[in-house]
Amino acid sequence: MSWFTKAISSSLGKKFVMASTGLFLIIFLLGHVSGNLLLFKDDGGQAYNFYAEFMTTSPIVQVLRILTAASFILHIIYSILLTRINRKARPVEYKVTKPGANTEWPARNMGILGTIIFVFLVIHLRTFLYEMKFGDVAYVDYGDLGRVKDLYTLVASTFSIWWYSILYIVMMVFLAFHLWHGFKSAFQTLGMKHRKYTPAIEKAGYAFAIIVPAVFAAMPIFFLIKSLG
Amino acid sequence: MNLTLDIWRQKNTDTKGAFKTYAISNISEDMSFLEMLDVLNEQLVEKGEDPVHFDHDCREGICGSCNLFINGRAHGPNIKTAACQLHMRSFSDGDNITIEPWRASAFPVIKDLVVNRGAFDRIIQAGGYVSVNTGGVPDANEIPISKVKADQAFDSATCIACGACVAACKNASAMLFVSAKVSQLALLPQGQVERKTRVERMVAQMDAEGFGACTNTGACSIECPVGISQDNIARMNREYYSAKAKSDNLE
Ligand code: HEM
Ligand code: FES
Repeated sequence: MSWFTKAISSSLGKKFVMASTGLFLIIFLLGHVSGNLLLFKDDGGQAYNFYAEFMTTSPIVQVLRILTAASFILHIIYSILLTRINRKARPVEYKVTKPGANTEWPARNMGILGTIIFVFLVIHLRTFLYEMKFGDVAYVDYGDLGRVKDLYTLVASTFSIWWYSILYIVMMVFLAFHLWHGFKSAFQTLGMKHRKYTPAIEKAGYAFAIIVPAVFAAMPIFFLIKSLG
Repeated sequence: MNLTLDIWRQKNTDTKGAFKTYAISNISEDMSFLEMLDVLNEQLVEKGEDPVHFDHDCREGICGSCNLFINGRAHGPNIKTAACQLHMRSFSDGDNITIEPWRASAFPVIKDLVVNRGAFDRIIQAGGYVSVNTGGVPDANEIPISKVKADQAFDSATCIACGACVAACKNASAMLFVSAKVSQLALLPQGQVERKTRVERMVAQMDAEGFGACTNTGACSIECPVGISQDNIARMNREYYSAKAKSDNLE
């Protein structure tokens, strides 16, 4: 093994992969949630549909998409590798434990939370990305502006299914918990701890963990209400 | 006070252990936890039974031997308190107390509540030292170091290597211990020569011993009898990544 493969397969090397891919996914979430704010624009989905068109065709976005996919894959693979090491390190469990006395619930359940996010990710990609790429999403004609796929209508109709919307909202709660611990944890893992900056990083992390999933959850809520009214 | 004790009994590393329940009465609340176990053991010896083996030495919170997992917590219910500094007034009459050994594959049980913490020694042997050819005693204040750095190094150096961090961690990770030892020497001028090689070797040994990785839950610092902080783990990670990127070692 080269010095590099050895370094990356050490416990701290694995944590480095975990934290850096996690941070990249956080940046991805920020971009994803910002772009999707166009769903709230009152123009029958025109701006959103052009945005979706841009996201599926722009070469630079394709590079970012590959990086995002790679981050997800690495994050998941390394979470399995780390979980295996961690399980092996304690073959005999304690009879009595008081986990609440010294840890926060999200910190103890990153693996479960991540697994739930993974299941959600598969459903989410099947519903939107797969349909957009391989399904028969209808085209909509905006005259001089061009003809693009009408992803907006797919989103609107999907979120008018009440149980589907509820699934999304619940999933965002799990994402919030994952981010609640994950955001600050990634900085700690990378050694970025400083008495001047860490308090601000932690606060930013808690804010991110609440605001981003909340805005995501607002989307199904918005379309659910719209479909009722 | 009258208590019911649920204690892990195991003959040796190779046999399977089990919990055994003991009733004990007339315990004074001024007794230390270890004295309470001494009373139990005296009674067991009088009855011709094998006393409960547990590790202890200084009984004043400095040697780090008294590793007992009491009622689901390393060193018992109080924070910043080694098991030997825990007193029976922290419990109430009629309590049920479960006492277990540290649980980690790197800390095999030797007998009952005694575990082998040789893994920690091997991690120190891998790099937790400064090689110097001892000359004359240097004059005081000859080596410049800021008060802040000296205090940080001292805080890290207070680690008594008891293993509570490993015991408390859901991953049985030794990162708090290793990071305290890495930090102490990385912060001091004397530690600079071997700084990169030290962290590389100590982390490699930590992994080889089969400790888990860190999820940054922070349980270790809360359970640590001397309160070693999470800053140490961040510093070790920093030291390790920068050493891996910059050291001359290819291994
Ligand atoms: C948008 C999705 C996700 C984001 C933004 C994200 C972000 C993060 C971050 C920032 C961390 C902290 C890294 C560290 O402790 O250094 C983390 C940890 C973790 N993530 Fe994710 N994650 C996501 C999805 C997933 C998925 C799909 C899984 C698993 C199937 C997963 C499993 C884990 C696990 C197990 C940890 C803890 C690792 C450890 O023990 O240190 N995550 N995540
Ligand atoms: S017996 Fe020495 S620290 Fe408890």
